[in-house]
Amino acid sequence: MRKRWLARARLKGRALKPVQDRTAALNADSLLLFATLRDERARLPYFLQYYRDLGVEQFLFVDNGSEDGSCGYLAAQPDVSVWSTHSSYKSARFGMDWINALLRRYAHGRWALVVDVDEFFLYPFCDTRPLRALTDWLDDAGLRSFGTMILDMYPKGAVSDQPCAEGQNPFEIANWFDSGNYAITRNHQYRNLWIQGGPRARGFFADQPKAGPALNKVPLIKWDRSFAYVSSTHMLLPRGLNLTYDTLGGEKASGCLLHAKFLSSLTDKATEELERGQHYEGGREYRAYAEVLEDRTDLWNKWSERFINWRQLEIMGLMSKGNWA
Amino acid sequence: MSARLGFIMLVHTALDRAAQVARFVAASGSPVVIHVDARVSTAQHNQLSAALADLPDVQFSRRHRCEWGTWSLVGAMQTAARQMLDEFPKVQRVYALSGACLPLRPVADLEAWLRRHPDTDFIESVNVSDVNWTKGGLSEERFTLQFPIGFKRNKWLFDRLVDAQRLLRITREVPDGLTPHIGSQWWCLTRQTLDAILTDPMRPHYDRYFKRVWIPDESYFQTLVRLHARKIESRSPTLGKFDHQGRPHVFYDDHLQLLRRSECFMARKVWPGADRLYTHFLTPRDSGPSATEPQPSRIDRHFARATLQRIRGRAGLYMASRFPVKNRENGKTAEPYSVFQGFTEVFQDFEGWLAAVANCRVHGHLFAPHKAEFAGREKIFTGGLSDSASLRDYNPRAFLTNLLWSTRGERQCFQFGPGDTQGPGFDLLWFMASDSNAQISVISGAWAVPLYRSGKDFAQLRREAARLQRIETKMLEVLHSPEVRARIRIWTMAEFLENPAEPLHLLFDEIAPHSQARLIRIPDLVDLSGFGTFLQELRNQGMQPVLMGDFPLNPISPDPSHRMK
Repeated sequence: MRKRWLARARLKGRALKPVQDRTAALNADSLLLFATLRDERARLPYFLQYYRDLGVEQFLFVDNGSEDGSCGYLAAQPDVSVWSTHSSYKSARFGMDWINALLRRYAHGRWALVVDVDEFFLYPFCDTRPLRALTDWLDDAGLRSFGTMILDMYPKGAVSDQPCAEGQNPFEIANWFDSGNYAITRNHQYRNLWIQGGPRARGFFADQPKAGPALNKVPLIKWDRSFAYVSSTHMLLPRGLNLTYDTLGGEKASGCLLHAKFLSSLTDKATEELERGQHYEGGREYRAYAEVLEDRTDLWNKWSERFINWRQLEIMGLMSKGNWA
Repeated sequence: MSARLGFIMLVHTALDRAAQVARFVAASGSPVVIHVDARVSTAQHNQLSAALADLPDVQFSRRHRCEWGTWSLVGAMQTAARQMLDEFPKVQRVYALSGACLPLRPVADLEAWLRRHPDTDFIESVNVSDVNWTKGGLSEERFTLQFPIGFKRNKWLFDRLVDAQRLLRITREVPDGLTPHIGSQWWCLTRQTLDAILTDPMRPHYDRYFKRVWIPDESYFQTLVRLHARKIESRSPTLGKFDHQGRPHVFYDDHLQLLRRSECFMARKVWPGADRLYTHFLTPRDSGPSATEPQPSRIDRHFARATLQRIRGRAGLYMASRFPVKNRENGKTAEPYSVFQGFTEVFQDFEGWLAAVANCRVHGHLFAPHKAEFAGREKIFTGGLSDSASLRDYNPRAFLTNLLWSTRGERQCFQFGPGDTQGPGFDLLWFMASDSNAQISVISGAWAVPLYRSGKDFAQLRREAARLQRIETKMLEVLHSPEVRARIRIWTMAEFLENPAEPLHLLFDEIAPHSQARLIRIPDLVDLSGFGTFLQELRNQGMQPVLMGDFPLNPISPDPSHRMK
């Protein structure tokens, strides 16, 4: 299985054309971030700033045919390498083949964070300890992967009403979340947990809960060239990397990926992505969004929690310090 | 003041931090002998020695190639200690440091404290047969098996060698006169003791033995000190906590206040990137000497809590990094809750009554087929739980554990019954029955009351009655199984109605033990005249209603003025 994903990655990786390659500057222990994007120019300044502040040292992007200047903007950054491709996102398994190819080439032996440009990584003590403190601790503990749950953030009021300015923290607008409606099952094939729920489940998938998006992700890995992501960053091979949870009652350390999806740009995005049909299961997800967003759905309710900081999420049990004190 | 305290320092990474610490202690007049791991490149070593070149009392010792858990670390310590004793004859005490140690108080304070404990060796030294904190299964075997290779070099081979020796019962003799002791390798010994250990005529014999002991750096000095010390204070002078796997906890910038208040002299291990800690503690303070005793207990508690969270976790929490297998939950749910079966059927407005008299949240049938009946029939409840039946039935157990987790601090009560979603194989009821937080109270057969009151077509009612009775029979089997851990009480409807006040009183005492005074009236019963006839009619139609007990054909209605107590 793993060989097949790796072979695919090599094959699909050939479609990547370097636009700006700064990988010669990588150190043996550089902290890397990998992402695929398309037309996300407005999000990029804040995204880069956020992760630079955490301590990410080099960014490696795949630009899938952006037409809004994303590619040029990234190429001009001092710590960013960009590869461009116009091939099909869908046939590259929603970008994962490209990312696997880049990981294999550049992340071997280094810590790599693999996220989307609307995902913001939160880990215990992220306000006082840089990412390097976390990776050093994981190294000392002999851990190779760090698990998270995606936390969907939404605004109060109709999603389409509140535009997010370029460079603005998206969580100034979408600063609410659901604290306790997540259902977990174990996927025995890959040993990962399968988490579903949150506002997306109750707002868009109430009638077909099984189809709801997976919220479990393993975005931070001490990469080895024999590793491969299988489906988005939800799970990977070898399977041991998916064991980011304790089964005997204890808590391992884990984080959250704050998901800035529900902003006014989603309305346009949903329409556009529907037309392209390049998303998972024929863009089923985006179809649901487009339908519901048209009715000006408000995901907010009186039980919504306003986001404060990681400690709040820790107390609510959405992430855990484990034994990292 | 003459230099009475000397430091030996073992470093292998973060040399710049080690240099800072060496400079700090040297500035107070204490000599330092640094051992740099031979694996560190010459360039880095030169950089370090250049950075400390202006300090005459900082020396470097002959370098050993150090591998974790092996003799090389003891060798390095011996060399550095010998050099310290020979080169600095005024040194009366030797303190062992690592490159990740950070002094929290001025060296003068430490020296004064040591002077108050004359002739005392501070070294954690615990008889190996009495320790319970060695991790990985090796304690006494550290001393009775051979360990020719390090664990980190080849884990597989290491384990196989241990297995083979256990199988062949190969053991080695501990040298005469030695009682194996182990403890932290960060000690502070008197010149006399240290010198006696290093010049012992038996030393070649002991060294040969310890070269094949596992983790000798935690046992060499700790064992030999028992032969030579005048007075042993068995604790490490360095503050350091270990986690459940025996790895040291690391200190970061956010521990600053915790470390400051601990009043300890030295802390380990400090993350090299902790700029604030290094700046704060290595900046000379002119607060004058302080004679405060070290108080590590706060830090102990802080890390003990973390270890507990890692091992036991929070009861009732299911999340991305905690998903216990069955029966390893350490608490299946977060808090006690009550499940009522058959109560809303026999009482009028049972929910409203309970909510009024007991200080708790009373829901309807949370697992009703059409939707979750939250208290007040809200569409969305705590934590963002939706009342959608399809979402709930997708994972009913998660629905329940989520509700109980999100409402910690407020008791939840809900109605349940044979008409509700049960999950495959009565999964949900099994879960609750095996949960010690659950209080399950059942009036069996009460499901027939709404049927009787509905006045629907009798053939249809008969089918429904048979279905519900089948389900409730299975439910009662679950509740009678030997594995249950919930508080379960089951009455037949006939039993219950003989004296409804008493069982209600009993349950109420458990739900709200301190508010008995508020329980004055029990709720009114629904009108049951004709129910006996209804049951007889079911029998006449060939169905056998049994779960309600011996319900009389014409029940004597309970005294309308019944009161509790």
